[in-house]
Amino acid sequence: MSLKDLISPFYVWQRAFEKPYTQKRPIEDRPGAPRYRGFHMNSEDCIGCGTCETICQNHAIDMVPVEGLEQRSGDSGLRPRFDYGRCCWCALCVDICTTRSLRMSNHYAWITEDPDAFHFTAGTDAMPWNQNSLGYRRDDDYHLLVHERIDMQALGAEESVAGFDEVMKGYTEEQAVLEADRCVECGICVATCPAHMAIPDYIRAVRQRDYEAGLRLLYETNPFSSTCGRICTHRCETVCVMGYQGDPIAIRWLKRAIVDRVPAERYREILGDEVVENGRKVGVIGAGPGGMSAAYYLRRQGYAVTVYESQARAGGMLRYGVPSYRLPDDQLDKDLEYIRSLGVEVKFNTHIGRDVPFRQLIEDYDALFLAVGLNQPSALRIQGEEHPRVLSGLQVLDDVASGRDPGVGSKVAVIGGGNVAMDAARVSRRLGADVTVLYRRRIEDMPADPEEIHESQAEGCKLVQQAIPVEIKNAASTSQVTIVWGEAEMIADDKGGRPRPVLQEDRMHEETYDCIIAAIGQGGQLDFIPAEYRDRIEFKWNKFVPGEYQQTGLPKLFVGGDIANSRADAISAIEDGHHAARGIHRFLTGTLDG
Amino acid sequence: MFEPNPPVDLSSGKYLKLWQGPQHPGITGNMSLELTTCGDEVVDCKTHVGYLHRGFEKLMERRTFIQNFPIVCRIAVPEPTFNEYLYAAVVEELAGIQSPERAEWIRTLNLELMRLASYLMWLGGIGAAFGQSTVYQWTVTHRDYILDLFEEMTGARVYHMYIVPGGVRGRLPEGFEGRCHEVLNRVEKLLRDVEKVLFNNVVFKARTKGLGHIPREMVDPYGITGPNQRAAGFARDLRKDAPYLVYDQLEFDLITATESDTYARAWVRYQEMHQGIRMLRQCLDRMPKDGPFQARMPNVLHWQVPAGETYAKAECTRGEYGYYLVTDGSEYVRRVHVRGPSYTHAIALMEKLAVGTNIADIAGLMVSLHTYPPEIER
Repeated sequence: MSLKDLISPFYVWQRAFEKPYTQKRPIEDRPGAPRYRGFHMNSEDCIGCGTCETICQNHAIDMVPVEGLEQRSGDSGLRPRFDYGRCCWCALCVDICTTRSLRMSNHYAWITEDPDAFHFTAGTDAMPWNQNSLGYRRDDDYHLLVHERIDMQALGAEESVAGFDEVMKGYTEEQAVLEADRCVECGICVATCPAHMAIPDYIRAVRQRDYEAGLRLLYETNPFSSTCGRICTHRCETVCVMGYQGDPIAIRWLKRAIVDRVPAERYREILGDEVVENGRKVGVIGAGPGGMSAAYYLRRQGYAVTVYESQARAGGMLRYGVPSYRLPDDQLDKDLEYIRSLGVEVKFNTHIGRDVPFRQLIEDYDALFLAVGLNQPSALRIQGEEHPRVLSGLQVLDDVASGRDPGVGSKVAVIGGGNVAMDAARVSRRLGADVTVLYRRRIEDMPADPEEIHESQAEGCKLVQQAIPVEIKNAASTSQVTIVWGEAEMIADDKGGRPRPVLQEDRMHEETYDCIIAAIGQGGQLDFIPAEYRDRIEFKWNKFVPGEYQQTGLPKLFVGGDIANSRADAISAIEDGHHAARGIHRFLTGTLDG
Repeated sequence: MFEPNPPVDLSSGKYLKLWQGPQHPGITGNMSLELTTCGDEVVDCKTHVGYLHRGFEKLMERRTFIQNFPIVCRIAVPEPTFNEYLYAAVVEELAGIQSPERAEWIRTLNLELMRLASYLMWLGGIGAAFGQSTVYQWTVTHRDYILDLFEEMTGARVYHMYIVPGGVRGRLPEGFEGRCHEVLNRVEKLLRDVEKVLFNNVVFKARTKGLGHIPREMVDPYGITGPNQRAAGFARDLRKDAPYLVYDQLEFDLITATESDTYARAWVRYQEMHQGIRMLRQCLDRMPKDGPFQARMPNVLHWQVPAGETYAKAECTRGEYGYYLVTDGSEYVRRVHVRGPSYTHAIALMEKLAVGTNIADIAGLMVSLHTYPPEIER
């Protein structure tokens, strides 16, 4: 024992004169660190995808319906409810949040008299920390999800414009699995898809490389999967939650990834080909996506189905309106052949009204599904449009699809901004023409798919926005045509609608082309329905207004497709067909089952 | 040394059974020692665990790889970070992910801060166990300063959940280095005081020198690692012998002693704290200030790790900490085994060392081994 060891411990007194370490709460406040993981906050950016619920390892989050939320597309209407009896404040929910709406306050403590208050819906319940601006949020450079889409191999602009080969080459298996892996399986897309396809389920099938299961899932709601895997308007992708911080999942390409990996000859084996006849017969008018979809689902339920088609081949607008570089014929045939192989009879080159009276159909069949589509091009309604060199977009596409030369010449103007306009422009490019597209509004207002706009530009089509056609001149010539168009100013709409283009009389242009392709929309033609029936059916702007299950005022008549919905795309027609098939079954049997 | 303790005749009336624990008797945690005493001398000791079993290893088999990351820290309360790091290390190895260099530096900083915080708490514990409670007040306060640093770095004081498979969860906050240096200076100053008050203390010396002597030849058969083995003269440290993270780029000395008693173990740890401060300063000065801190990850919601098995180990405050992971290619862990150093130190070793000591020294002896029951019972 040394003297030093005896004295040294008394050094402890030196610290007795130091300021105490303790903080005097609540007199002195000590806020949490700016990054502290306190209590959950949710902003109005939340769309209720439920990914927080999925990742929560404590099951502390339930997605619950919330009253009074504004209804919007791509919003489930659910919000996360937290159970602070279970939460461990790991903040994985904040890290995974697809919209980054979820974060945390930096509060340490919360005291309340209400024993139920620890069970609350973040963002909608009034919590004391809702105005807190500090607290944990995900670092910008830290990700638990993959935000970049896997690119698909495609023909370059030069190659693609040289012919009608399919531009998009499809995913390899590895690419498809990687892209499918990005999906969070929230299912927001399902509600937005007109056909309500089981999107997260078939994406999972891609991830698991189980293409047979994938195909079965596709055919539950869509017998045009090969087609839709290529040209669907993919409303699902516009609401995909992965789009909030990066690229939406390539849902359309993943659908194609399944179909591309199942050869046509295996369809009957995988999907089955057994049909138990139920003795009833249904007629279908129009072998487009709507008609054939109805035919498929009716046939599956045992109905004898006869489809009447005015053209020489089935597919409707898919065949005659969509060029083969977007949808090759053999891919469309793959879908159609399987439907026909189940025993669906298609009578080609048969016009209702001309070859077969409508009255006969309605009398002969137990029920009738009508999906004749829109095949009458809308007029430009300007002076001189009857000029022989003013062609319709539909006609040009029809000619090309049927193997005829539409004779567009070498300098073409396309009028319009929809998919038909883009297709007509791109087809003309492939036929060697120099193409200018005139659109009355801005490019961002174009109803065409963004991909189509982008690809047409890449292929060398010149897009002129805010250009209003005024007059067609040069009536004397049969080989050239002159258009006068004026620049437009976009004027904001007082009623909150989209801005309106207003012609500027002082800024007019005149240009001569080999032809002008008008593609500003199309209408239906329903003259074949006798007046006595028409009177009993509700119409709006020459389109059907169907009731429940696509039924009309004429109980035997069900309608669908472009002629009966405002969306006018393939997937909506397919859903109409499916829906009508169920409606017809209910109409004829009194039940939705079987 | 390897024979069982000699049997005692309990019916003789000479002996008394005394239970220490399982109530929480300070930092030694919830396990119990069943002591057989004769007077105040301990003649036999049986260790009992099982009061803290939460089944983490089993729970982990029912959670996805990302969902496991928030629960591993709970296996050892005073040192959650070693669990976070080792879990990340085994998952990264099997998943073929390399965390970026910046993350490796931040992880090292995190682990060494954790070690310092844990040692501070331990230093208070050994002081309190031998009647020097003032030291406990000082060190726990300084540990809190480090917890403040953790709070601003990771968002939490105790369960940081910061080292995630793939990297770390965020960059260091603005001005963190300066505040960290400041805390290190304060801790260094405190350690000088503690040396005067505790290590140069006649009472502490009298009670700890010679207490709980671990013979050299006992070290390997009993699986003794960490400061406990270094105090017995073994210059072994995983940070030197099998460097992980950026330890091979840091300068630090291996501290050893030969006496292998409670005082020697305390002294080794005390000096390791100085080495820790030295390493932390190097980390703060040399770590990359920009660059990615997270590897490119797959979508964690259905992250499948290829089938395989691996073991990763790290030198934690108490010795070798290890994670053994088996995967089967699915989204779930097939089996995970956590090897905490307390398992060997607190069960078999304690039963040996307790014999011949007296009741008042039992708590101090246990603290000197720096055992921690929650990591025994994952």
